[in-house]
Amino acid sequence: MVETNQLTQYLETFVDITRSPTEQDDSRKAIASSLDNDSLSINQLVREMELYLTTTDNVVRARGILLLAEVLDSLKAKPLTNAIVHTLVGFFSEKLADWRALRGALVGCLALMKRKDVAGVVTHIDAQAMAKSMLQNVQLQALAPHDRKLGFELLEFLLQQYSEAMSTMGNLLVYATCEAIDGEKDPQCLIVAFHLIELLAQLFPSPSGPLASDASDLFEVFGCYFPLHFTHTKDDETNIRREDLARGLSLAISSTPLFEPYAIPLLLEKLSSSLPIAKVDSLKCLKDCAMKYGVDRMKKHYGALWSALKDTFYSSTGTHLSFALESITSPGFEINEIHNEAVSLLQRLVEQDISFLGFVVEDIRINTVFDTISRYSQFRGMPDTSKLEVLVISQILSVSAKASVQSCNIIFQTFFFRLMNTLGIVEKTSNGDVVQNGNFTVSTRLYHGGLHLCIELLAASKDLTLGFEECSPTPDCAQESWCSMVKRFSVPLIQVFASAVYSSSDDSVADVYLGVKGLLTMGMFWGGSSPVSRSEFEKILVTLTSIITSKSGKTMVWELALKALVWIGSFIDRYHETDKARSYMSIVVDKLVSLACSGHCGLPYPMMLEATSEVCSTGSKYVEKMVLGLEEAFCSSLSDFYVNGNFKSVDKCSHLLGCLTNKLLPRVAEIDGLEKLLVHFAISMWNQIESCGVFSCDFNGGQEFVEAAITIMGQIVGIALVDSQNSIIQKAYRVVLSSTLAAMESIPLTFVALEDLQRDLSTRDELILSLFASIIIAASPAASIPDARSLIHLFLVSLHKGYIPAAQALGSMVNKLGRGTGGTYITSGCSLEEACDIIFQADFASGEKISSNGSGKIICGSETTLSKICLGFCGSLEHQTHAITGLAWIGKGLLMRGDERVNEIALVLVECLKSTNCSGHALHPSAMKHAADAFSILMSDSEVCLNRKFHAVIRPLYKQRFFSKIVPILESLIMNFQTPLSRKMLHVALAHVISNVPVTVILDNTKKLQPMILEGLSVLSIDSVEKETLFSLLLVLSGTLTDTKGQQSAEDNAHIIIECLVKLTSYPNLMVVRETAIQCLLALLELPHRRIYPFRIQVLQAIAKSLDDPKRRVRGEAIKCRQAWASITSTNIPF
Amino acid sequence: MVSGLINENPIIYPKKERRLRTDSSNTDEFTPEPIDQLEIFDHIRDIKDPEHPNTLEDLRVVTEDSVEVDDDNSYVRVTFTPTMEHCSMATIIGLCVRVKLLRSLPARYKIDIRVAPGSHATEDAVNKQLNDKERVAAALENPNLVEMVDECLLPSAE
Repeated sequence: MVETNQLTQYLETFVDITRSPTEQDDSRKAIASSLDNDSLSINQLVREMELYLTTTDNVVRARGILLLAEVLDSLKAKPLTNAIVHTLVGFFSEKLADWRALRGALVGCLALMKRKDVAGVVTHIDAQAMAKSMLQNVQLQALAPHDRKLGFELLEFLLQQYSEAMSTMGNLLVYATCEAIDGEKDPQCLIVAFHLIELLAQLFPSPSGPLASDASDLFEVFGCYFPLHFTHTKDDETNIRREDLARGLSLAISSTPLFEPYAIPLLLEKLSSSLPIAKVDSLKCLKDCAMKYGVDRMKKHYGALWSALKDTFYSSTGTHLSFALESITSPGFEINEIHNEAVSLLQRLVEQDISFLGFVVEDIRINTVFDTISRYSQFRGMPDTSKLEVLVISQILSVSAKASVQSCNIIFQTFFFRLMNTLGIVEKTSNGDVVQNGNFTVSTRLYHGGLHLCIELLAASKDLTLGFEECSPTPDCAQESWCSMVKRFSVPLIQVFASAVYSSSDDSVADVYLGVKGLLTMGMFWGGSSPVSRSEFEKILVTLTSIITSKSGKTMVWELALKALVWIGSFIDRYHETDKARSYMSIVVDKLVSLACSGHCGLPYPMMLEATSEVCSTGSKYVEKMVLGLEEAFCSSLSDFYVNGNFKSVDKCSHLLGCLTNKLLPRVAEIDGLEKLLVHFAISMWNQIESCGVFSCDFNGGQEFVEAAITIMGQIVGIALVDSQNSIIQKAYRVVLSSTLAAMESIPLTFVALEDLQRDLSTRDELILSLFASIIIAASPAASIPDARSLIHLFLVSLHKGYIPAAQALGSMVNKLGRGTGGTYITSGCSLEEACDIIFQADFASGEKISSNGSGKIICGSETTLSKICLGFCGSLEHQTHAITGLAWIGKGLLMRGDERVNEIALVLVECLKSTNCSGHALHPSAMKHAADAFSILMSDSEVCLNRKFHAVIRPLYKQRFFSKIVPILESLIMNFQTPLSRKMLHVALAHVISNVPVTVILDNTKKLQPMILEGLSVLSIDSVEKETLFSLLLVLSGTLTDTKGQQSAEDNAHIIIECLVKLTSYPNLMVVRETAIQCLLALLELPHRRIYPFRIQVLQAIAKSLDDPKRRVRGEAIKCRQAWASITSTNIPF
Repeated sequence: MVSGLINENPIIYPKKERRLRTDSSNTDEFTPEPIDQLEIFDHIRDIKDPEHPNTLEDLRVVTEDSVEVDDDNSYVRVTFTPTMEHCSMATIIGLCVRVKLLRSLPARYKIDIRVAPGSHATEDAVNKQLNDKERVAAALENPNLVEMVDECLLPSAE
C-alpha cells in the first residue's frame, strides 16, 4: 500500500509543469509500478486524482488526464475488470470533447484500445461510443502534428479491431475521414492516413455503400498527393522513406475499384509527365490498380493505357545496342527503372486479359517495323529513330509473348511468319509460300534488326517454357502453335544464324554477335517437346565447337562461341536434360578434351586448355572426362620428355598443370567429385616421377614446370579430404624411399657428413624433395605421416643444405604434430616433443664438445645444436645462414600454435643480432641480415606455407603475444650500446615485428613505440638496402599519426617526428616513402597549433624542395602539404 | 561604375575528359617524370572564375594548349583568353593563375602570364601588370585582393 502523501507528492510533481521532465517521468513510473505490483488499485488512484481530473484549471486538468492515460499505457498487460475498462472508456471518450485536455484523452483511448485479450478489452459498444465522440468532437487538422498522429492511430485501431461497430457509422465515418486527412502534410501522419483509406475501402466494399457515394470526395483528398514529392533524405527520428510513403499511397489508390474513374485518368496523366519519379510511381500504381480493379473496370481504359505505355517504352529506351561479350546473355541495352516498371505492367496486363494484346497486335507502329527492318541491313547504319523503333518493338513483343502461352501463340501467329519472310527464309512461289529448307543459300544480306527481333521472340518463348517448367514436371508445348511455328522454321533459322557467325562483312562483329546469340537461344529450348530437334541441337553444337577449334586465335567470335557453349552446358546441367547432355558430351566435350590432350590443333595450347576447362566445368561428368584426359596427356608428355628428351612436352605439362591450378582448383567446392579426380591426378604424377629415372630441368622452361608441379601438388593436398591426403602421402613416401633421398636419412648429423654432402642432390631428387615437402606443408593435422622421425631427419639434413621447402615442411610439421604429453591422439607415431627433440638435440658429433670452448657461459639458455650452428660456433657461413632461415620457419610453426619453445628460438635469433654474443664475437654481416629477416618470416603471413588454406594450427592473438614478449628485449638491446651494424640489424628486426602486428596493438603502445619507430626510421634510411622495411615502418608511423591516441604522444615527440619526416621527404630510393612522409607531415597539422607552429619554416623549406621532386605523385602531395602548412599562419605563402 | 556582372552570360564549354596517366605507375623507380604541359594545366584548370561558379576550363579561359613549358630551362608561359574584350577581371584571373603556379611549382621556375593576343582591349597594360614583380607583390599586399584570389583558388566541391 502506497502512502497517501507519497502518492500526492508524485501527483503534484507530475502536474507541476515547472518541474523537469525527468522528475515527472520518474513519478509517473513510480505510480505505474505500484499499480503493477498491486500496492495501489486503479480505483484508489482515480479517487485520489479526482481533483486533478475535474478541476477547472486547464493546465492541471490536462496534466492529470495525461498522467492517468500514460499510466494506463504502461499497464497494457495488467488484467482489469470489465467495469473498470468500461468506466475508463467512458471517461476518456467524454474527455475527447475537452480540447484543452485532448492529448491525455487521445493517449488514454489509444492505451485502452491496445489492451490485450486476457487483460480486459474495450467492448464493441464502448468502441462505437468512443468513435462517435472522436468523429464529432475532434477536429484533427486543427491539432499539432503529434496529436494528429495519435488521432489517426486511434482511427486506425478502431477500423482494424472494431470494424463491425464502425461499419454502422456509414457516411459519417467516411466524411470525417475526409475531413481529417484533408491537407495533411506530416509524413508520419500521412503514412497512417493512407492506411486508413485502405481500411475504409475494405470496410465498405459495396458499390452502393457509403464509400461509393463519397468516393470522388475522398479521392480528391488523397489523390492530390500523387506523385509523392518527398525530399527529406534522412530523417533519423522517424525513419520514413519516400518508398514507404509511395507504397502506402499506391495501396490506398488501388484499395477499391470504386476509385477507378478518378484514379486511372490521373495516373495516365502523370505517366505522361516528364518527371522520372512520376513515371515510375504511375507505372507501379497502375500495376496495383490493374490487379485490384479487375478486368471489367480496366477494359475501358485499354486504349489510353496502351498508347501511354508505348510512349513510355519509346522514351525510356536508349538507342545503343551492345555487341559486347558480356551482353550475350542479357538484353544488350541499358535498362532503367522506368523501363523495368513498364515491362512488368505490360506483362501484367497481357497476363490478366488477353484482349489487351489486340491493341498491341493492331498497332500501326508495330506493323511498320518490318519495313524498317528490311530497309537497313546493318544496325550501325540505321538512323537513331529506326534503331529505337526496332529495340522498343522487339522489347514490347517479347514481353507480351512471355506473359502467357496464349499471348505467345498470338504473337507468333501474327508476326513470326512475316518476320521469316523479311529475313528471306520464306520464299514466295507460284504455288504458295515455301519454307526454305535444306541447303538453300542464305541471302547475302543479313538484316540485323530482323535478327535481333527474331532472337528476342525466340528468347521470350524459351523463357516462357522455362517459366512453367518449374511448376509442372512434364511440359507439353508441342501442341501450341508457337512451338510448331518455331519447329517449322528451326532448320533454316539455324542455318541463317550459322552463316552470320561465319560472316566476314565489314560489320562482322555485329553479325557474329547476333549469330552466336541466335544459336545460343535456339540451343536453350527446354524439354523433350522442344521445337528444336536433337539433330538440329547437335548442329548448333557442331557449329560452335568448330569455331573454337578453328585456327582463328583469340578473336571476338572465339570468345562469344565459348561463352555460348558454357551457357548451353550449364543450362543442360541445371535442367537435367539427359539426351542433350549426351550430345554435348560426344560433340563438345569429347572433341575438346581429345584436342587438349593431343595438342594437335591450330590453336595455341593455353587457349585450347582454357576453352576445355571452361566448357567442362559446367557439369561433373565433363570434368571427370577432362581431368582423366589431362592426366593421360600429362603422363604421356612427361614420359615423352624423359624417354625422348622432347623439351616441348615439358612446356605442355606446365601449361596443363597451370590450367588445373588456375581454372579447376578454385571451383572445387562447386563441382562434385572434382576432389577425387584431382587426388587421382596427384597420385599419377607421383607414378610418373617414380618411373622416370633421370630428370633434369636445366633448360628453358624446366624451372616453370617444377614450380607448377609444386604449386599444384600443395593445392591438391590442401583441398583433399584427410583419407585422400593419406593416400597421397603414402604414395609419395614410397617414391622418396625408392630414391637416393632415403640414403640421406641415414646420414648422421655431423659436420663431416654434411661437408661430404656438398655435392648437390640430383635434379630428380630435388624435385622429389620439393614435391614431398609441398605435400607435408599442405597436409592437415589429422593426416598421418609415416615414419615421421626419419622424415624429420631427412628434412633437417636438407635444411642444412639450404633447401627452403624442407625448412617450411619442418615448420609445418611442428605446427601440426599432436602433443605427446596430453595423452590425446598422436597421429603419426611421433609427438611434438619427440620432433622437437630430434630437431634441437640432434647432436653434431664433431669429436670435440662445442660447449666446452673456454667461455662456457651460454647466455641464451638454449644449448641446442641448431642454435649453436646459428651462432657460428662451428660450420661455414653458408651453413650458418641456412640454419638461421630454417630455424625461423620452425619457429614460425611453433609460434602459430602458441608453443613456448618459440621463445628460445627467438632468443637465439636475437643473440645472432648482438654485437658481442655468447660466442664472444659478432656474426658475419650476412648472417646477421638473415637473422634480422628471420623476424619477418616469423611474423608475416606466408602464401606458401602455414596458412589457413594449408590447415595450419593457428592460436588466436599469437602475433600479439609474441610482440609483447620480443619488443622489450629488442628495445633494451637497442638502448644498450651496440655497434652500428648490430644496431641497424636490431632495428630491422624490430621493424619487421612492428609492421606485422595488428595496428590496434601499436596504438595501445604508441607512447613507448613512437621513439623507437622514429629511431628505426632514421637508422634504416641511411642506405637503400632496407627500403621496403623502411616503408612498412613508415606506414605504421602514419597509422599512429591519424589516431587520437597516437596524436597525444606525437605531441610530445613533435620535434623528432618532424625532423625524421623532413629527412624522409628527400629519401632517394623509394618514391612511396617520400610520398608517405609528406602525407604524414600533412597529418601532423592535426596537432595543437602551439606545438607545430615553431617548425613551420623548417617544414616549408623541406616541402619547397619536394615541389621539384622527380616523381609527379610526390609533387602533388607536396603542393597540398605546402598549402596546408602555409595557411596555419596569418600571412600567406611567402613568395 | 556599373554594378552587376561584366559578362552576364558566358558560354560554358563541356569539360575535357581528365586524361589519366597510365604510364606513371609501372615505370621504374628512378625514371624522372618531368613537369609537363598537362601537369601545369591540371594545376590551373580548376581555378574558379571570379564572377561565375565555373572553372577557367569550363569557360575556356585556359586550355591545355595554352600552356607552354620548358622544364630544362625552368620556364613556363600561360596564355589565357578572357571571355570579354573589356573584361576588367582579366588581371584578377591572371593574378590567380600566377599565384596558383607560384604555390605549385618549384622556385626555379620563371612564370610568364599573358593575355592571348587580340583577346583584350588593354592587352599590353594587362601583360605588363601581370609580369611586373613589384606590382604583383604590391597587389598581394592588398588584403581584399588576396581574399578574392584565395576564393578563386579554393578547391571546388566536385
